[in-house]
Amino acid sequence: MTPTRKRRLIAVALILVAVGIATVLTVLALQQNMTYLFSPSEVLAGHTPGGANFRLGGVVLEHSIKRDSTSLKVDFVVTDRFHDMPVEYTGILPDLFREGQSIVATGKMENGHFVAQQVLAKHDETYMPKEVAEAIAKAKAMKRDVPATPPQG
Amino acid sequence: MNPLILWFHKLGSPPYFYRFAGRWLPWLYTLALIAGVIGLYGGLVIAPADYQQGDSFRIIYVHVPCAWMSLFVYAFMAANGFIALVWRIKLSETLAMASAPIGAAFTFITLVSGSLWGKPMWGTWWTWDARLTSELVLLFLYFGVIGLYHAIEDTRQAARAAAFLALVGVVNLPIVHYSVVWWNTLHQGSTVSLMGQSKISASMLWPLLTLTFATHVYFFASLLARSRVALLELESGKEWVRALASATEPNHA
Repeated sequence: MTPTRKRRLIAVALILVAVGIATVLTVLALQQNMTYLFSPSEVLAGHTPGGANFRLGGVVLEHSIKRDSTSLKVDFVVTDRFHDMPVEYTGILPDLFREGQSIVATGKMENGHFVAQQVLAKHDETYMPKEVAEAIAKAKAMKRDVPATPPQG
Repeated sequence: MNPLILWFHKLGSPPYFYRFAGRWLPWLYTLALIAGVIGLYGGLVIAPADYQQGDSFRIIYVHVPCAWMSLFVYAFMAANGFIALVWRIKLSETLAMASAPIGAAFTFITLVSGSLWGKPMWGTWWTWDARLTSELVLLFLYFGVIGLYHAIEDTRQAARAAAFLALVGVVNLPIVHYSVVWWNTLHQGSTVSLMGQSKISASMLWPLLTLTFATHVYFFASLLARSRVALLELESGKEWVRALASATEPNHA
């Protein structure tokens, strides 16, 4: 390698390393602000911005959905399997919204419960045909002592 | 000299590359078309519907191959940019600059198809989570490279400046890829992994892999076609281009 090329190589490599380090530091510094959502445990531990809007993420607790018969109001509980958070929402829910589904709700705390302005459904990275899903569910039902899957989100 | 290395050195010469690309182009386009049709038919017709998302999940067959290409093309562009900066190889400059618009197109399709998928499944067209935002930044990086290249008069200087920007933007690639791991995002994690088991049934996976192959072949075909034109423009004063032009010039007798 000629000296000129070597010099260029070192210069480019040094700049790349510098940019890389700068990016890592920026990302680490922004870690707090880049949190997309908070789990019920984090909310109860007081990690959320007080009084401001934030996103609450977790799983819709089984048998917790209560629909108002005269309006679009829905009450349900979001859980991370450690702590629960009651949520109140008025509006249309996405198709994937159901018990046991991961959701992300945007809103704020009011008198100990979360009032959502928007509810988004989160889906996982697993894709399979319906028959396979049913077979897995049947196999799971047959041996109930299988530990529950860890919470996600 | 090793025949492979010799061939690689020859490939760096514009007239040799021009002929080489011309020979391969029709084959690559045909291969991409065949693989694309098989993959799309497999994905949209043969593959079973998803247990949770029903038929909507079929957007994966457009979204995921394009998303992978958006990262792959960027890495390819940056690698050629690196060679162009250090070794000043003309062909590398051309390849880097020719791949930028293709990569931008793949990134754009990724964002649009993802948005169309997000509305019925998540309930929103767009959300500022780490995966979506970093992919949008990737699109802007492509735009930056293309813009900078066209903003400078001297083509070779422009290519090196844009190559430098492309190289700096490489830091965004791991951010796009690992965003779903590092942060809590609305976007789910990776379905297909090179190591370990994929979280998709085999009957749904094979069209996805076929389409991934098709998009890669299409990229190289498109790249060769664009580079041929770019080389003709760049070398327009040279002997081999004049010879080529006079050989194909229609006879005005």
